[in-house]
Amino acid sequence: MAEITKEELRQPENLIYKKTDLLTDKPLSYCPGCGHGTAHRIVMEVLDEMGIQDQTIGIAPVGCSVLAYEFMNIDMQQAAHGRAPAVATAVKRLHPEKFVFTYQGDGDLAAIGTAETIHACNRGENIVIIFINNGIYGMTGGQMAPTTLPGMKSSTSPYGRDVATMGNPLKITELIAQLPGTIYVTRQAVHTPANVRKTKKAVRKAFENQKLNKGLSFVEIVSNCNSGWKMTPRQSNEWMVENMFPFYPLGDIKVND
Amino acid sequence: MKELRLMKGNEAFAEAAIRAGADGYFGYPITPQSEVMEYLMAEKPEERTGMIVLQAESEIAAINMVYGGAACGKRVLTSSSSPGVSLKQEGISYIAGAELPCVILNVARGGPGLGTIQPAQSDYFQSTKGGGHGDYKMLVLAPSSVQEMADFAGLGFELAFKYRNPVLILSDGAIGQMMEKVELDEQRPRFTDEEIKNNTPWATTGKTKDRERNIITSLDLDSYKQELHNLDLQAKYREMEKNETRYEAISCDDAEYLIVAYGTSARLSQKAVDLLRAEGIKVGLLRPITLFPFPTAVIAKLADQVKGILTVEMSAGQMIEDVRLAVGCRVKVEHFGRMGGIIPSPTEIVDAMHKKIIGG
Repeated sequence: MAEITKEELRQPENLIYKKTDLLTDKPLSYCPGCGHGTAHRIVMEVLDEMGIQDQTIGIAPVGCSVLAYEFMNIDMQQAAHGRAPAVATAVKRLHPEKFVFTYQGDGDLAAIGTAETIHACNRGENIVIIFINNGIYGMTGGQMAPTTLPGMKSSTSPYGRDVATMGNPLKITELIAQLPGTIYVTRQAVHTPANVRKTKKAVRKAFENQKLNKGLSFVEIVSNCNSGWKMTPRQSNEWMVENMFPFYPLGDIKVND
Repeated sequence: MKELRLMKGNEAFAEAAIRAGADGYFGYPITPQSEVMEYLMAEKPEERTGMIVLQAESEIAAINMVYGGAACGKRVLTSSSSPGVSLKQEGISYIAGAELPCVILNVARGGPGLGTIQPAQSDYFQSTKGGGHGDYKMLVLAPSSVQEMADFAGLGFELAFKYRNPVLILSDGAIGQMMEKVELDEQRPRFTDEEIKNNTPWATTGKTKDRERNIITSLDLDSYKQELHNLDLQAKYREMEKNETRYEAISCDDAEYLIVAYGTSARLSQKAVDLLRAEGIKVGLLRPITLFPFPTAVIAKLADQVKGILTVEMSAGQMIEDVRLAVGCRVKVEHFGRMGGIIPSPTEIVDAMHKKIIGG
């Protein structure tokens, strides 16, 4: 077998993967091993493949992905903590022809922003909500989130989440699936190539729904937080499969085609 | 063609907002301002101009909808009353930090807490000294008539876009609820996409190939950049002080005593000036129209001319602090006010002038 030089490898015909232009060259601020980077890439690839970069306005949350606008090469607004669905509502109402999405974590979407989430879903705003659920407040240093599992340790539940005093984890995705305003509600993950493909399909479907003015599409991505969970990236993914997935089972929850 | 109508202050503001070319209104019901959204919903501005009206789930959601709309370069507004405006403070701070233009109406009522639904002026500090977190200023307009409720909708948008800054219209339950004759401006067109692109190139409208992406944020984790941003904001506020200070001076030329009052208190004080002048006492009225920027220079000048100043506010005395700063202890400055939703009568103001200033 003839040896291939580096130069030959770099020829366009030999390239099998290229980062989408909709991701900037800025190094990601996420911890190595975190699922956010993959989720960012999936959303940007979908926008790129649909050719809607120039028609899309994204809303970044408060939390780890507060700086999403540094990495996503599209027009973006950074919303106050939990308010992204309200911000997105106005953008879409004033620009019905544009594509509008929010990208939010569990603290943002399911604790401080519960009202905005439920009411945007209930009004059936024609937007896409991307919800990253890693069961913890990552940015502020690993505090208990609304989605933290029973018994799970965090910096504000150092002896484990005691459901008697701290409440049960909130399955907000199942909750908003009950509302007539949501038309597509799904839960996915990005820890394996197969799951990445499924998630990308779901995100594509969500934006296609918006294109057809169908209503609100909600894509939850169960993800890891190896730093907040105090694990290696690999351990955290294994722990996620063993503990998070039984509580937050993957798959479509509601599909109104 | 201007149009003459008999309207409530709240309704006049709503109609004027449509005519000012507003793109979107986002609100939540609260007494005594609910007529703003009720009027808009009944009027169906979407059919008249394409303007959107949306009843939000909370004051918090409403102000964040304003954030989103303003970030798109649209003319957007919200309205509320004191407890609701307290809820909006977070969003207002973000709007000021991200330098977004919008109009916010506060038809103020008595506080603290749920207080009362009757008119008050006890939100002066909240309106002019921040309210939310961080070093920021809103441009604050204080209407004293139904006509000004209408006029300030258009003026508010003009100033908001001139400075990329939130404009607060600080009214009260009396001005919002009273009916007066009002002259309405002709319909102004809403911004076209082309105008938004040219006039607000920072707006998020979708990143086209010919420009870098637009980002609307108040965040900068680099302290040195955040300080520079703050310095820019302060420079903008100084510019507002230089260009936008508005006031009305009534019978001030020969005045030996002065009343300083805005909004409803200014209307009653004007009657008190007439009563005092009928007694032979030369009293003038200085009515601040902008509360930020405050008419400091003109009050400082009048302090050299008069023997004493009475501030009249429907509060425990908030604006008096700015009047005293302008006067700098050169003449006596005293406060007269009623609280809890009570509107002072002109004769009470006359008595206060006698007791606290002339005879005091």
